[in-house]
Amino acid sequence: MEKKTKVKAEDGKQEIVITREFDLSVELLFKAYQEPKLFEQWMETKVLKMENRKHGSYSFETSRNGNVVFRANGTIHDLVPNQKITRTFEMENTPFPVQLEYLEFEKLTQNTSKLTMHILFKSIEFRNQLMQMPFAQGINMAHNRLEEILTTLNNTR
Amino acid sequence: MNLRRDVFQAIADPTRRAILLLIATQSMTAGAIASNFDTARPTVSKHLQILTECELLKQEQNGREIYYHINAKQMKEVADFIEPFRQMWDDRFNKLETVMKNYKSKQ
Repeated sequence: MEKKTKVKAEDGKQEIVITREFDLSVELLFKAYQEPKLFEQWMETKVLKMENRKHGSYSFETSRNGNVVFRANGTIHDLVPNQKITRTFEMENTPFPVQLEYLEFEKLTQNTSKLTMHILFKSIEFRNQLMQMPFAQGINMAHNRLEEILTTLNNTR
Repeated sequence: MNLRRDVFQAIADPTRRAILLLIATQSMTAGAIASNFDTARPTVSKHLQILTECELLKQEQNGREIYYHINAKQMKEVADFIEPFRQMWDDRFNKLETVMKNYKSKQ
């Protein structure tokens, strides 16, 4: 089966393109980005500010067990309902510089739509580092699992 | 030889994990890799040898230099480099779809 979400990251480029087709009308897809209450649900975060207009800004923070673990903010450069959002995105308290995001919302049929996220990074290195974050976590998890297995083996001996 | 066990032993070391991350996107010479670590050069060479032996790294002669690069096929056994990133977005978008379908049915 073809994967629903695709990530295109060419070698030597400081950009990535994420595409996804949804079983949702383009209006519903856009609403998921526009309505803070809905955005909070699927991003599992808390919206602090969301001004959905040209030159508006937004910020959100994610907490786990009462501690803020992630904060991000940005400025909306352009917004055309059901068509596009052009915005900056910055993760707070990280070495990552701000990135530029072009979100394109496309109607496919009455009840299907497509989202294209084109993200530009300050450098190729920052792009690669960002993409490696879940990979690095995966390797750490593999390592933790290995340690657990070894500990269990030692204890049962 | 139990290759799988060797692979996991290889990545159990933090320096070796750091080396893998460093050259995940570009091939590098041993010298260039070593310059990223405070560890003595022979120690880094030993790490490179272990990673090469369990086929996580491949060597490639380019003129007088030997370049190390990731053996993508073998790395897949541990974790694909882009796949976890794609998976993260896929999970997020699946959630978006579910949230919006619920929202639609309540209208």
